[in-house]
Amino acid sequence: MTDHFTPANLDLAHEIIGRYPVKRSAMIPLLHLAQEQDGWVTEDAMRQIAELVEVTPAEVLGTCSFYEMFKRQPVGRFLINICGTLSCQLMGAEDLIHHAEQTLGITSGDTTPDGLFTLAVAECQAACTEAPCLQVNYRHRYKVTPADFDDLVEELRRQAGEGEGPDPQSPETAGVPRHGVLSVARQHIPAERAAGPSSPTTNQGPPVWMPPPDAEEPK
Amino acid sequence: MSDATRVYRSPPREGSPVSDPTEAPPDDGVKITIDGREFTAHKGELLIAAAERAGTYIPHFCYHSRMSPVGMCRMCLVEVDSGRGPGLQPSCMVPVSDGMVVDTESETTKRAQEGILELLLINHPLDCPVCDKGGECPLQDQAVAFGPGESRFVEEKRHYEKPIPISDLVNLDRERCILCDRCTRFAREVAGDPLISFTERGNRTQVLTFPDDPFSSYFSGNTVQICPVGALTAAPYRFRARPWDLDQVESTCTTCSVGCRIAVQSSGDQIVRRLGVDIDPVNHGWLCDRGRFDYESAYSPERITDPLMRGRAGDSELIEATWPAAMAATAETLREAIDAHGASSVAVLGGARLTNEDAYTWSKLARTVIGTDNIDSQLADGLAAEMVLTLPRATIDEACSADTVIMFGVDPKEELPVLHLRLRHAVVEDKVPMIEFSPVETSLSRHCRSVRHLPGALTESVSELLASEGERIGSGSVVVVVGRGSLAGSGEDIEAAVAAIRQAIPHATFLPALRRGNVMGALQMGLSPGILPGGLAFSEADRLGEDWAGSQPVVSDEPGLDAAGILAAAAAGRVAVLILLGADPLADVPDRDLAERALAGAGTVVAVDTHLTVSARRAHVVLPASGPGEKAGTTTNLEGRISRLGPKVTPPGTARPDWMIAVELADRLGVDMGFADSRRIWDEISTVVPMFSDCPVERIESPEAQDGILCRPAGDGDLRWDPPAAVAAPPVDAYALRLVSSRKLYDQATMTANSPSLAGLAEESRVRLNPRELDRLGVTDGGRLAFVSPRTRIIATVSGDEKVPRGVMAMTFNAAGPAASELIELGTVVTEVRVETL
Repeated sequence: MTDHFTPANLDLAHEIIGRYPVKRSAMIPLLHLAQEQDGWVTEDAMRQIAELVEVTPAEVLGTCSFYEMFKRQPVGRFLINICGTLSCQLMGAEDLIHHAEQTLGITSGDTTPDGLFTLAVAECQAACTEAPCLQVNYRHRYKVTPADFDDLVEELRRQAGEGEGPDPQSPETAGVPRHGVLSVARQHIPAERAAGPSSPTTNQGPPVWMPPPDAEEPK
Repeated sequence: MSDATRVYRSPPREGSPVSDPTEAPPDDGVKITIDGREFTAHKGELLIAAAERAGTYIPHFCYHSRMSPVGMCRMCLVEVDSGRGPGLQPSCMVPVSDGMVVDTESETTKRAQEGILELLLINHPLDCPVCDKGGECPLQDQAVAFGPGESRFVEEKRHYEKPIPISDLVNLDRERCILCDRCTRFAREVAGDPLISFTERGNRTQVLTFPDDPFSSYFSGNTVQICPVGALTAAPYRFRARPWDLDQVESTCTTCSVGCRIAVQSSGDQIVRRLGVDIDPVNHGWLCDRGRFDYESAYSPERITDPLMRGRAGDSELIEATWPAAMAATAETLREAIDAHGASSVAVLGGARLTNEDAYTWSKLARTVIGTDNIDSQLADGLAAEMVLTLPRATIDEACSADTVIMFGVDPKEELPVLHLRLRHAVVEDKVPMIEFSPVETSLSRHCRSVRHLPGALTESVSELLASEGERIGSGSVVVVVGRGSLAGSGEDIEAAVAAIRQAIPHATFLPALRRGNVMGALQMGLSPGILPGGLAFSEADRLGEDWAGSQPVVSDEPGLDAAGILAAAAAGRVAVLILLGADPLADVPDRDLAERALAGAGTVVAVDTHLTVSARRAHVVLPASGPGEKAGTTTNLEGRISRLGPKVTPPGTARPDWMIAVELADRLGVDMGFADSRRIWDEISTVVPMFSDCPVERIESPEAQDGILCRPAGDGDLRWDPPAAVAAPPVDAYALRLVSSRKLYDQATMTANSPSLAGLAEESRVRLNPRELDRLGVTDGGRLAFVSPRTRIIATVSGDEKVPRGVMAMTFNAAGPAASELIELGTVVTEVRVETL
């Protein structure tokens, strides 16, 4: 048995698996969990996920590597994706990318030696009216000028200096959680309120919300 | 494109079953028009399959008749008009519908095919001159037949490291891959070992294993055979031959008793490859890697090429001898033994390696010429011959379509791998209910209802089920797959369980999951004490004609000794001549101590074998026999299906077929058996043995026999099986573990150990225990413990395994290292083993 998830995350993993009628359906949520724990998806994590959802590690790798946002190499605490697609290009993305590379001292695709920043050029982020735009750990920043970029980097450095950063579990915390943290709020359905998974193979009846055929038409 | 290239057919060994031009009956049929000709297809049939049956080949790469269609390669695009006008549709994804009009030769279809091929070839390296597949490559062939002839692509092609080994047997060249999903689909759907998967996406999509987790499937060789390009190549065959230099003959694999149909291919009088041939009733084109690659053993340095003999002094080395000298010595020894101690001082062990003809000849030699009935083709590691020959027998197809399958005493994946594929498909895909009884988790446990029982308590467990659910189960068809399973206990428990099922469900039929190549043929030819060819009892000897009926007194005496009896008699010095017919008692008898004493106590040991096995090394005379692919004849699979073997190469040195050795021995003992070739022997078998009377040579040689001819015992003879009374499992000894020792696919078996590609896959001997048992004993994985049985004390490495319940220890039989057979005493109900920490 691979032992990669922390005990707390392993409990969480079992809770997530419990939400699905078929264990392997939990594969992607567990990959997110692994990326949240480590900032990237390690081989050990994929092995343990395979064991947890009862598939082979090769199948987990197949799914994981299909999605570009699952990183299989370490990335910095902040992943900065600068849009390089048409609208942003027209509005100065090229200059912005050049400036970012100069400021951080790395070329796009690399991580700064202190492990804080990974810079990447990304495809359209669906904010063409706000060009040029970028994302920090998938949180948008709009109409970014080189000066804005410097402020952003300074702000993120200051944040990082304050320790581990905002508590991802607390909705009040502002700022940018570290790479891999999906959301500041975690879904948790108390057992007494959960409908529980319903097996698609054994449950052949109509969905519970469907009125019986002899029910009156709602007025 | 000329008409001449249009008649292109996929290579016959490519996987698709022989095209069956029969039209569906009109009431079930769907009328379609293919290229202007009407054809009645089956309801729900895929267009590409219907076209193939109608004689129209539609080019394809990803479609494979034994796997679900995926529509990956787009090569099978044809113009289909289902009433809304013609349009291009992938014929592997479209079921036929009434009135469908298909044009596989229209301009649009041709343009689509040319376009697809141009696209597929964009990144293909075209390194055909150094590719194993070149010359038999569907991509190469179809590029010639359906391609545009030139490419407009001038840019750099995609590059990957090539080739990379994805297992010890298979190499992967990602540059050649066209991403058809055949190998990955096979691994997932058919083998159930999804250790390879598409990874990455888009232009970088590639098939890969998980890092450091090789594609170690027992069935990996099939992916090489179904790969439509040279992306997957077999390491043992790499650069060994070019397809156009190969000569091939169709045959049957005799590595285990499933009897997969194969094509044996040779170059320069050496076998270089085996391929699976698709026949419906048995293997569906698949092979296990052991059956695919163990031809290598024929060229091992351990292969015996000439007779070997010791000097009269007895303890001298085995030295090469001439056939006349070795035969004269053997005949002389036999005659002396018969004169001095009577014919019953001669015993014959083994015979499952033999063809039916070999087995019949040896059976006849022993009974009518030598005059002994001490003959057993099983080494106390199988099932009672009377039971196997009298039970109503099921076919593999019947097992796969039964209302309930009950299985015990076998993990087919380890012992009969292609039977595992068939049963797995039935259980996983077709949802056939299976109930399995096993002391440890098996390969199918995850997919079926699996009942754990303590070793020795099978009958109790089965009876419990029959008491509560026997009526429900018995209301439908029931097939029982029964093997010997663990060798750490006597087979009586299994026999009693079979008897219990027979009593509760009289219409149940049985598929005996015996392991060795032609063990069924050997039993049916009478290589078992008290049983004559055709499963006849001694009292029916006159049904076999005068040769047999006249062989008094043997057939009127009490039945002779079985393997256990022969070994005990030999150990007690009562066997003057022990003939080993391809038997290796030291490796295979589940009682190493007894086997040692038997070989030491037997007067003269004569080994007839292909390889110098551990036991053959102890023999006084060793006679070289020809092996698989080297001899003609027939073999019988576990269903009782008789099929022809194809001789392809000449045996090495002076090795000769076993029947020929028997005939010459008889001759030297003064009897002319009258056999000049194996055809003549089958002629006699089909003439004198009632069971084979409707199976004359002509029928065996006819095309009808390609799928094999099913010959089941009629069940009307005098042979009786007296099941043992239910064996009470001994009470649990809380201080001991019960031993379960079954076989794995790769072990120290002669052919596996002598095949360089496979030998390394066999695991070292180790004891598998429940992890909690390890904790209790205070050892970790890889630690060592001492195990003490009434027989002996051995020290072995242990590992934790959740598949083994507490109170049980599992140890692979015949693995390298401390042998499980050292712990076992033949005939005990269970082997209790005490554990000592070191």
